[in-house]
Amino acid sequence: MVGHVDGNVLAGPLSELFQFDVTTASARCVSCGDVATLACAMVYVEPASLIVRCRNCDDVLMVIVQEPDLTCIELRGMAWLQVPR
Amino acid sequence: MTDGIKPNVWKVGIVAETRTETASGRSILLDVPGWGGNIAGQHADVRLTAADGYTATRSYSVASAGPGDRVQLAVDRLPTGEVSPYLVDDLIVGDQLEIRGPLGGWFVWKPEIDGAEQTGPVQLIGGGSGIVPLVAMIRSHTASGSTAPFRLLYSVRTPDDAFFRTELTEPSRGLDVTWAYTRRAPDGWPRPAGRVTTADLEADAFPASLSPAVFVCGPTGFVETVANALVELGHDPSRIKTERFGGQ
Repeated sequence: MVGHVDGNVLAGPLSELFQFDVTTASARCVSCGDVATLACAMVYVEPASLIVRCRNCDDVLMVIVQEPDLTCIELRGMAWLQVPR
Repeated sequence: MTDGIKPNVWKVGIVAETRTETASGRSILLDVPGWGGNIAGQHADVRLTAADGYTATRSYSVASAGPGDRVQLAVDRLPTGEVSPYLVDDLIVGDQLEIRGPLGGWFVWKPEIDGAEQTGPVQLIGGGSGIVPLVAMIRSHTASGSTAPFRLLYSVRTPDDAFFRTELTEPSRGLDVTWAYTRRAPDGWPRPAGRVTTADLEADAFPASLSPAVFVCGPTGFVETVANALVELGHDPSRIKTERFGGQ
C-alpha cells in the first residue's frame, strides 16, 4: 500500500481483540496532548504491522504487530483511551 | 444492529453477481450468511488465502445499506495490488470469499438516532472509488424517506471513470449531484477539467454557515486536500469525517 490510510482501517484487526469499536474510541496523544477519535489517526500499513500516528504531531500512538501465533499491541503513545458505552 | 450479529467473525460470502462499473472497477454482490445488515458507510475486510497458506487482507467499503445478508462491494483495480486484481478480474459468480464485518461505527450516516430523524444537511464528497460508502448513505437516505438535504460532489478523472454512474445521473429526490472531472470533461461541460479546488467547494458544497455533516472519501491526497480546504472555508473540523484509502 502506498502512503498512509486512517484509523477506520483498525476496525477489523482490533475487533479480534476488543469488544468495542476502536474507531469510535478517543485517545490522548502523550506527545502533544491532542485528543481525537481513533478513526482520525493516520495509519501506516506494513506487511505484519499497523503503525498508528497522531493526526496532529505524527508521533506514534500505537503499534499493532501481527505474528502467526500472537498479536502485540504497543500503547506507549497514548495517555488514555475513552470508549463510548 | 440486532443481537447475535458478530462483526468480528470471518464469514463466507458467495458471489451472487458482478457488475462492471468502469474499465478498472466493478461491484460485487455477495450473499453472506450471518452478515445481518449494516449502517451506511461501514466497511468490510476481505481475506484471500493462497494455496501455501499466505493470506492478504484488505478493507473495502460497502455500497449497500440496511438489513439483510446481501452485501455489495465495489472495488477498483490497483495495478500492483495483491487483492484487487483478483476481485476485479478473476472472481466469478458462485466463488466464495472470506469476509469480516460490518466494521466501523465512525464514518457512518444514520437516518435516525435514538428515534429522532436526522434532518441536518449532509455534504458528501467522493474521489474515484471513494464514492462507495457515500452511495450507501445516499441509498439509506432514499430508502428511509429522509428529509435531510443531501449534496454530493463527485470527482472522477473522466466520465468513464464514474462508479454507479446511472444511479447518480438520475439522483433521487432530495439529492443534488455535482460532477468534477479532473482529466477530461464531457463536451461543452461548464467546468474545465481539473482537480477539486477551494473555489469548487465554495460554489458547490453546503456552506459552513449551515453546519452540514461532511463525509469525504477517496485517495489519501484527495481527502487531505479537500478536508484542509473545507476548514479554510470555515467548516468546523469536528463536522468533517474522512476516510482515506491510500495511494497518491
